[in-house]
Amino acid sequence: MAATLVRLSRGVSICRRSMSTFSGQDHVETTKGKRMNLFSAINQALHIALETDPRSYLFGEDVGFGGVFRCTTGLAERFGKQRVFNTPLCEQGIVGFGIGLAAMGNRAIAEIQFADYIFPAFDQIVNEAAKFRYRSGNQFNCGGLTIRSPYGAVGHGGHYHSQSPESFFCHVPGIKVVIPRSPLQAKGLLLASIRDPNPVVFFEPKWLYRQAVEEVPDHDYMLPLSEAEVIRQGSDITLVGWGAQLSVMEEACADAAKEGISCELIDLKTLIPWDKETVEASVRKTGRLLVSHEAPVTGGFGAEISAAIVERCFLRLEAPVARVCGLDTPFPLVYEPFYMPTKNKILEAIKSTINY
Amino acid sequence: MLHTRSTFTGFLLKTVGLLRNVGIPADRVVNHRPRASVCGSRSDRFDIFYDRISCLPVRFYSSIGAERHAAKTCDVDESRVLEFPGGTVTLTSEMNFMSESTVRIPCYQVLDDNGQPIARSFEQLSKELAVKMYSDMVTLQTMDTIFYEAQRQGRISFYLTSTGEEAITIGSAAALTNDDVIFPQYREPGVLIWRGFTLQEFANQCFGTEADYGKGRQMPIHYGTNKLNYFTVSSPIATQLPHAVGAAYSLKMDDKKACAVTYFGDGGTSEGDFHAALNFAAVMESPVIFICRNNGWAISTPTSEQFRSDGAVVRGIAYGIRSLRVDGNDALAVYHAVKAAREMCINEKRPILVEALTYRVGHHSTSDDSTKYRPSDEIEHWRMNRDPVTRFRKWIEINGWWSDVEEAELRSDVRKQLLDAIQVAEKAKKLPLANLFTDVYDELPSNLREQEESLRQALKKNPQDYPADIPI
Ligand SMILES: Cc1ncc(C[n+]2csc(CCOP(=O)(O)OP(=O)(O)O)c2C)c(N)n1
Ligand SMILES: [Mg+2]
Repeated sequence: MAATLVRLSRGVSICRRSMSTFSGQDHVETTKGKRMNLFSAINQALHIALETDPRSYLFGEDVGFGGVFRCTTGLAERFGKQRVFNTPLCEQGIVGFGIGLAAMGNRAIAEIQFADYIFPAFDQIVNEAAKFRYRSGNQFNCGGLTIRSPYGAVGHGGHYHSQSPESFFCHVPGIKVVIPRSPLQAKGLLLASIRDPNPVVFFEPKWLYRQAVEEVPDHDYMLPLSEAEVIRQGSDITLVGWGAQLSVMEEACADAAKEGISCELIDLKTLIPWDKETVEASVRKTGRLLVSHEAPVTGGFGAEISAAIVERCFLRLEAPVARVCGLDTPFPLVYEPFYMPTKNKILEAIKSTINY
Repeated sequence: MLHTRSTFTGFLLKTVGLLRNVGIPADRVVNHRPRASVCGSRSDRFDIFYDRISCLPVRFYSSIGAERHAAKTCDVDESRVLEFPGGTVTLTSEMNFMSESTVRIPCYQVLDDNGQPIARSFEQLSKELAVKMYSDMVTLQTMDTIFYEAQRQGRISFYLTSTGEEAITIGSAAALTNDDVIFPQYREPGVLIWRGFTLQEFANQCFGTEADYGKGRQMPIHYGTNKLNYFTVSSPIATQLPHAVGAAYSLKMDDKKACAVTYFGDGGTSEGDFHAALNFAAVMESPVIFICRNNGWAISTPTSEQFRSDGAVVRGIAYGIRSLRVDGNDALAVYHAVKAAREMCINEKRPILVEALTYRVGHHSTSDDSTKYRPSDEIEHWRMNRDPVTRFRKWIEINGWWSDVEEAELRSDVRKQLLDAIQVAEKAKKLPLANLFTDVYDELPSNLREQEESLRQALKKNPQDYPADIPI
């Protein structure tokens, strides 16, 4: 469980973990790879997806020249403009088009330029993609659809380049919601999402696009969906998170350790359908739970985790479930450092949960 | 790409001819000195119908183009008609698909690239108005240069220029009054300059100071001021368009002599909100002017990958909205077009669409490097040969209203004001922390009171985690 920490300019650390922490992926351990950042890992996954399935397509606003975050660099040149292309500036069109493409037996990989701009496509995702299989009695499905979108804070994004809208989509039976924490994870989870026979919303932590660097195996591999991972073992309290927030939580765990508190940290990876069992098993061991996410606390996915664990572990819990999350305000520009669920807010919450 | 003088006058003659056909007195539609004209017919056959049975809704505008040619070749028996909601439809035995238009809608121009008037007559501007237009364009240009540089130096987090599009915002703003309410996209600070937003006010927003009307909550360039009837910029594309239609409806209900004006890009015309807004405006008869800045690019996406229609103008027509295409690099043409649009809009209670053809000479924003996706000679061509500010300067010089001395004075004066404004903004305080929580609702609900309380606790424990320039 050796985890090396890489110091980053943001002032947080991004975990670089040995391959052996990944559940059930024996081949990952043995293969060599290159050190790369998260957008390059995404690019590699997309390259493999397009290479291995001739019926796969990649499209979205400004995807043709490489995308505003460079995730699709070189792919139009490599696979041609028929398979990798710019779309008109219309999110409902992008997702609706993707549903139709997927319904005809293709893999449609749609990019929404920022998660903040996914809302014009909300109807297509919630009423169409999510219900396509169910409403037709499984005659039709759009399982080949994957919607990729960068989400989360970047330090200067203000209202519309910072939001974490994952919980809206976690309220929708019929789609999966996946969020990776690192380059290696991103590659394996994205390939699994693209090949999963259900529509998936895949949120990419844009703060980590350049910041997170780790060794990523060269070959084609998938990491399982709906399987959480214990990325740090401990006995006093369980912390659950996903995406970019995990690196902040990891730091809090390290600081808590200095004060003699042993934290177990879980990366949920797939938010729906989520791996309750792994979280439950951990909380049965530690007796305490803390959930942390950037999205506003009220109605965030932390609330669902909290409720589910209270249902399952009520008598084992030694303190109320703690939530350290974004505030119930729009994402603010100059007040961003106050809004964020920082390491020290988490550390304080760990301590007060322990001392409850 | 833009039309020559002869095509332009040919277009005018044709439209005037059509107006006679439909029996609209020319002075009713050409009721302002610059030549605005209304094409009151969809094709020859409709002209006849208008005269004979007077049943065609008067508000049926189009321009002449491919459709008209198509209509001529088609054998129409005018006695066979279908009475159908919306008006009488002629029946024909010919299966005649309307051609996707290949003939492009002409573009209204007053000054050629050298600042020489090409229109035979247009309303002469007063020297005062013309000089203000020019000065404001120069101010916008200078502000862009200096704020762009400030971003490069890391003094502000983001910026976005209007370079190459100065004539659209200044020309249109000059034709409006401050009572007309503005719903901007984001590349329209020129309207604010025209209305008297000071350089200090711009700097306050970009630096997120305590004097920023948006209280430091939004990224730079998201200006808004209720004093100047300029609704606050919102990053999501095209969302402002339906708002403008609703606001315009309110102006109509209140019998105001004002309209709503909304700006958007070529990219914006692809969003659902664009289509919703145009349709609502037509159906609700809202006095709103839609001003499309067709600048060729939406970040890296060229208009050829954005739409296959002849720009935005034909879509206005398709929704039943009187529409005009104008040379967006010709401030005088934009001014006249919007002035005429405003009169029709307010007097006749109807929407108008103006599509301005222009070019985004700058990168999309400071986050973008446009040489990655477009040829630099394309940029150079527009920068060197079609610059709207230079063109207007030539024209005021021809009029004897401007000199090199005044030019030098203006530029150095604006520059100095800007540097001062930046200095003030950099030294200015931020608003206190309480402003993180206010304005989510009209009053602070209990969840936010609680969160403010626990944030203040967290602050006491770890003050080093928080920026020192925000008063607690
Ligand atoms: C709903 C939405 N989708 C995507 C974006 C990202 N985005 C910002 S500007 C832009 C291009 C807009 O182009 P256009 O409307 O032509 O305006 P221009 O920048 O050329 O002035 C895009 C895609 C956004 N802001 N909002
Ligand atoms: Mg554009």
